[in-house]
Amino acid sequence: MNAMAPLVRVSSLKKRYGERTVVDIDSLDVAPGEVLAILGPNGAGKSTLFRLLLLLEQPDAGTIEFAGDSNPAQRIAGVFQAPFLFTGTVRYNIEVGLRARGVDGAERTRRVGEALDLLSLANLADADVRALSGGEAQRVALARALAVRPELLVLDEPTSSLDVTLRTRFREDLVRLLRTQVRSAVLITHDAADAYAVADRVAVMQDGRIVQVGTPEDIVLAPATPFVAAFTGADLFLHGTVSAADEQLITVRLSDGVSILATAGADARERLRPGAAAQVAYRPEDVVIAPGSGAGESSAQNRFQLLVASIAPSGALVRVKLEGEIGLVALVTRQGAESLRLEPGLAVVAQLKAAAVRAFPTG
Amino acid sequence: MNIFVDATREALRLLFSGDAYVWGILRISFYVAISGIILGGALGLPLGVWLGVARFRGRSFLVALVNTGFALPPVVVGLIVYILLSNTGPAGSLHLLFTPAAMIIAQTILAAPYVAGIALAAVQAVPRDVRLQARALGASSARALYMHLREARVGLAAALIAGFGAIFSEVGAVMMVGGNIEHETRVLTTAIVLETRQGNYALAMAFGIVLLVIAFAVNAWLTHVQQAQPAVRTDRSWS
Repeated sequence: MNAMAPLVRVSSLKKRYGERTVVDIDSLDVAPGEVLAILGPNGAGKSTLFRLLLLLEQPDAGTIEFAGDSNPAQRIAGVFQAPFLFTGTVRYNIEVGLRARGVDGAERTRRVGEALDLLSLANLADADVRALSGGEAQRVALARALAVRPELLVLDEPTSSLDVTLRTRFREDLVRLLRTQVRSAVLITHDAADAYAVADRVAVMQDGRIVQVGTPEDIVLAPATPFVAAFTGADLFLHGTVSAADEQLITVRLSDGVSILATAGADARERLRPGAAAQVAYRPEDVVIAPGSGAGESSAQNRFQLLVASIAPSGALVRVKLEGEIGLVALVTRQGAESLRLEPGLAVVAQLKAAAVRAFPTG
Repeated sequence: MNIFVDATREALRLLFSGDAYVWGILRISFYVAISGIILGGALGLPLGVWLGVARFRGRSFLVALVNTGFALPPVVVGLIVYILLSNTGPAGSLHLLFTPAAMIIAQTILAAPYVAGIALAAVQAVPRDVRLQARALGASSARALYMHLREARVGLAAALIAGFGAIFSEVGAVMMVGGNIEHETRVLTTAIVLETRQGNYALAMAFGIVLLVIAFAVNAWLTHVQQAQPAVRTDRSWS
């Protein structure tokens, strides 16, 4: 995919508001046929990048180039975080972009009908937009953007204003439609679940910069920085010193004396020489708990004999705090917790694959 | 109390008997006020829209100026137009003083800032995002502005209706520059002043009632327009 000429190429893009640089991107490409997610926390500059990509704002430096140079503004469409539906009917809203592009008559009627069908809005075609629910309004906003058949569709936090049930449904619609109806898409989101569900590649944005670009798997399994690890769910960090390092594995001796095997990215490995200060991150869902005497074969390279300190429900899962030679937190299913008869004081073996532990240099 | 009953009776009689004097005054009143609002709107609407949409240095000063125009004393406007059009004034050679044209000029000056001020508020009340969202669907800047104004259309209509109501019931400026000449420049408000001075209270009251009915009709229309469709759909949070 990346071998093809990109549909959009962002180079040395900078945008400042006053003294503050809100977007500072060296390079970022969107390939034809690709869905790229821009993932980042609030204030990372995502919405500014959204407006820049839609050519609604001028950058202070750098360029956004579209393959083939014919009128890029006519080849893109955007869906805003809080979509404003123009006063009138659902049909009128879907016609807006088509009218702007001079699509008339039977062709316009046909395209409006198609867009209504794509988002199951046909029965609401003549409804006043003021009568719509939040989920319906968001679908109208998506339908009117799809109706113009953009080569690049840019969406800013399209699910953030929806409740959980609507979000799941809308996300499913989005996955289906982005695959079938548009050439390429950029999805801007602070929600890693959105990004993983929809995108081919994820670009993680922090303080206006892109800190890592990769497949969802890359981002989850090989976060480039502690920020990326933390932002994508590995909120648990342990500090220590590198005691050994080879091609594959880094051994980090933690402050309480115990060692943990970890992996690291190529850049990080350069700096993770023996004696270097390091931190390791893991995801609580990667910690596997087995009964205390369980000494069976396992591919886990980190094994710790620990005691259950506390158990607390965490949504649909159970958060288990473990103490002993090392303090860990595990997330297990309720069923798993029941079948293991987890209770405070129970001795268990906690296993954590080295591949699921990520080491980063500190300082 | 009797005078009010008599006046009402007289007013209805004058209106429905097709009295030439009364209908002549009504005709001139509408001619002057409608012309005033057309010209005042032609100046005020674009000014209000421009101030509502554009961002530039000195904008706040212009907005303050427009808002001051709201409180422009009609007699002062009348005085200035009088001086301009008087024989010794810069436009004296046009011989417009004491003609409906002079009254229309004065009312245009009164209506323009009024219309501009309300139009400005209406345009500003629409989220700025509207234009960005229109452009994100491929609209040109001009079309995006049209989409913005379309959202503000109730407020823009209200600006014209309210402006009409204001100049229709205005007396100071039209009296000064029109001169209250029978069959020429006498309008409802100046007729009320004249008939009251001459002791024709019933006739003055009749004109007053006509003026009230028209003011009520204008405001009822305004209310209807505003209620039929809220001026602005503020940024809804979809939750």
